[in-house]
Amino acid sequence: MSFSHRPINPADLFKDAALAALMALILALPLIGFRSVAEGGQLALTTRFDWVGIGVAGVFLGRLVLVYASSFWPPSGANFALAEAVREGMSRYVMALAGMGLLLALLLPFLPFSSRYVIDVATGLLIYIMLGWGLNIVVGLAGLLDLGYVAFYAMGAYSYALLALQFDLSFWICLPLAGLFAGLLGIVLGFPVLRLRGDYLAIVTLGFGEIIRIILLNWYEITGGPDGLSGIPRPSFFGLPFKPTTGEHEISAFHQAFGLEFSGLHRVIFLYYLILCLALITNFFTLRLRKLPLGRAWEALREDEIASRSLGINPRNTKLTAFGIGATFGGLAGAFFATRQGFISPESFTFVESATILAIVVLGGMGSQIGVVVAAALLILLPEFGRELEEFRMLVFGAAMVLIMAWRPRGLLANREPTLRLHRRDRRGGEPR
Amino acid sequence: MGYFLQQLINGVTLGMIYGLVAIGYTMVYGILGMINFAHGEIYMIGAFISILGFILVGLAGITAVPLALIIVLTATMIFTAAYGWSVERVAYRPLRQAPRLAPLISAIGMSIFLQNYVQLSQGAQVKTLPPFIEGGVVLLRDADFAVRISYVQLLIWLLTLVLMAGFAWIIGRTALGRAQRACAEDRVMASLVGINVDRTISLTFVLGAALAAVAGTMVTLYYGVVDFFIGFLAGIKAFTAAVLGGIGSLPGAMLGGLILGLVEAFWSAYFTTEYKDVAAFTILVLVLIFRPTGLLGRPEVEKV
Repeated sequence: MSFSHRPINPADLFKDAALAALMALILALPLIGFRSVAEGGQLALTTRFDWVGIGVAGVFLGRLVLVYASSFWPPSGANFALAEAVREGMSRYVMALAGMGLLLALLLPFLPFSSRYVIDVATGLLIYIMLGWGLNIVVGLAGLLDLGYVAFYAMGAYSYALLALQFDLSFWICLPLAGLFAGLLGIVLGFPVLRLRGDYLAIVTLGFGEIIRIILLNWYEITGGPDGLSGIPRPSFFGLPFKPTTGEHEISAFHQAFGLEFSGLHRVIFLYYLILCLALITNFFTLRLRKLPLGRAWEALREDEIASRSLGINPRNTKLTAFGIGATFGGLAGAFFATRQGFISPESFTFVESATILAIVVLGGMGSQIGVVVAAALLILLPEFGRELEEFRMLVFGAAMVLIMAWRPRGLLANREPTLRLHRRDRRGGEPR
Repeated sequence: MGYFLQQLINGVTLGMIYGLVAIGYTMVYGILGMINFAHGEIYMIGAFISILGFILVGLAGITAVPLALIIVLTATMIFTAAYGWSVERVAYRPLRQAPRLAPLISAIGMSIFLQNYVQLSQGAQVKTLPPFIEGGVVLLRDADFAVRISYVQLLIWLLTLVLMAGFAWIIGRTALGRAQRACAEDRVMASLVGINVDRTISLTFVLGAALAAVAGTMVTLYYGVVDFFIGFLAGIKAFTAAVLGGIGSLPGAMLGGLILGLVEAFWSAYFTTEYKDVAAFTILVLVLIFRPTGLLGRPEVEKV
């Protein structure tokens, strides 16, 4: 691999940087330079030209450094070879890495550095990993672009909450029911729209996601509207609740059954293992499904719908199963979310959630199960570490999505290539139609 | 009857605003085949820049309404167009050859970024601008109900019609329009016959953003209330309008916008306000199921 240096004319370099700075000035002048503030019923202006100056100078220097540095980067061919080498190495050790990750996940609550905070964050991360794996069935395997996955997540959460609150059913009965309801919703929603092509499907699913949220927000009698539902029962350890009871003779709580001192941490750890189990079930299910004729049919449909139709695959039913199964896992994750939070409201099921889950799948590399874990860790932990940045974290989140896509358009861990390919990919669209 | 007419006027006004934003979606989809998710945010940025413009014009002591309006509109269009150009340059151009989903994710990221950028730079509070153009004409006096068209509504109708005419001219008669149509037909072929595809795409984004800026300014004038979150819903609805009219078709975008605006106005008037967005989406789903090419779209031939 040769790192050749392509010399750049300094005049061009400065011209390029100056243009970038000029553009930054035009962009920053109105929105950063001025700020409207409400002042006694009127709007007044404050100015911040110093910020504009700093920003423009930053863009000038940044562009200068970037363009200069890029002349040292290997040409894209070598870059490709490097990426190829990395991918080769990754795929060789991928099983070992996955095993280590699993071991870490299993032992996490008992590691020395684990605190309640660490376990909480890990639980949150696992919810997203599970959602990512669930959506991966729909987007990664079946190639159906779903921008409204959060609808099924919400369906699961509200089903669980309502069943538990209204009918007093236990978590272990509600959980499968929540999954079932979400799956049914997936089939009902999917039935009319699944014959649409990619982007249309995306926008319709987005519309469904919003419809569900608006209904949750306005159906006050059932869903509590914007106030949400609170006091959702917590799960029990197969009938043993996590409560600080001190009955002398009968065993009525988890800590008594195991002869432990009561600690609030028990429930946190139990929830962590619960979601770990659910996520692993999702993963195992997906990996096995992939080997079944159904999974093969999904991937065939993703690659070429017309060809698979001519081979006797029923596209509608095949897509419906993908949609339904993906929705079921979303619903299970939603039920877990509800029981963990104890409170749900439509606030938690906005479009940003759908976008985040989809971003996890696409950033990870569509169809890659490990990629989902890597991308989820990146996207969920990044804002978590950025807590000090507080208000800037969503800004950084958005920018990170753009930059990662520019850097690796096929995702961090690219999708398994099909074993046989008859013709090259369509140049213009990227993906075969 | 009077009530009906009033809702008709309100609906058409709303529809024209949707239509202006929808053109941005439909043009980009026509050429790049992708949903420019950040377009709703461009419209929101237009609204914010116009607020700043109105305040500055007020501070500069320009009181003549037409002059102030022209200044604000021009400035808003220029600055917002700069945002449109930058979005394309940063988020889409590097992904020209990438798989289809990559630009969509990049667009969603850009949309989140812009939303938070405006929230941070302009504050999260709702901005309320005092009415800039007041008054209106009473068209009809029914028993106890006066049908009224305000000057702002008239302005929106007039401006939209002028812009549409100008736009039809650009697309139909100018070299740029020809280049755009050629790129929409076949990008590779267009570049082979000497069309600068990158430049054409950039200009498409600039034009779309300028129209969104006008829509943003109009919304500021019409409602007088703007916050950093308006881009999302407006974006989805404008896209719905574009799909409804037939994506890739400019008259279709306007028609879709008008229908959507009317449906929303009548739904809010005769049913419930809460579910008006549901009505809009339901229409979208129905159109896509029964007429996937939209009302004025060209049928798409499925090729092997």
